Amino acid sequence: MTVNELCRRLDARLTAGANGADRSVKTGYICDLLSFVIGKAPEDCAWVTVIGNVNTIAVATLADVACVILAENIPLDQAARKRADENGVAVLQSEKSAYALAAEINAALGI
Amino acid sequence: MPPLTFTYQVPGDDFTRAGEASGQLKRTLKKIGFNADVIRRVSIAMYEAEINMVIHANGGEIEAQVSPEKIEIWFRDQGPGIPDISLAMKEGYSTAPDNVRSLGFGAGMGLPNIKKYSDTLEIDTELGVGTTLHVIINAE
Repeated sequence: MTVNELCRRLDARLTAGANGADRSVKTGYICDLLSFVIGKAPEDCAWVTVIGNVNTIAVATLADVACVILAENIPLDQAARKRADENGVAVLQSEKSAYALAAEINAALGI
Repeated sequence: MPPLTFTYQVPGDDFTRAGEASGQLKRTLKKIGFNADVIRRVSIAMYEAEINMVIHANGGEIEAQVSPEKIEIWFRDQGPGIPDISLAMKEGYSTAPDNVRSLGFGAGMGLPNIKKYSDTLEIDTELGVGTTLHVIINAE
């Protein structure tokens, strides 16, 4: 499933990094501590977090995740938006909780 | 063939630019054609060290030597030094200030992640003088 398809399934908004939204999503991961994410997030995952700053995008790039999903309507700051567009990191936004998103990602990916 | 050498300046206390050096080296390694696992391990170790320099040492300098067999990186700073290395190596131990934690840092996983994802980690530190991390990641 691509990031675009997952975005539609979750009823989320693609808010930055649209040029990365064709990527394939294989699994999900939830965490807000960046060192955990960079050390443990699987490649090609949809990473759900409530941290929406430029470091989120740096970690997403280095850990090679498929997309970032900001839960609870957390905003993406301006520097992060710019970096996401430059690096092709798709960022989705949703009003749902991380828990609800995880359940829906599971269902969508058939895990 | 001598190794390719890359150097990067890490600005202190600028979280908007943290990760730039790691990102640049990652792209370079991809172009050279290293396998994905090696690139991932270098990226993780380098990002953690870069962030440590920004948070704790007011920046520093990174020198990476890349050869087909290994990627060898030195992280040099003139920060306060590490008073207790065994404590700093412990997962979950962090001295990061609160303003940094609110950005998502301070998990206490920096040095443990660097050790986990590298083949060699040497720490040379002196209080009030600075710290040098020497990291080797084998590519074969």
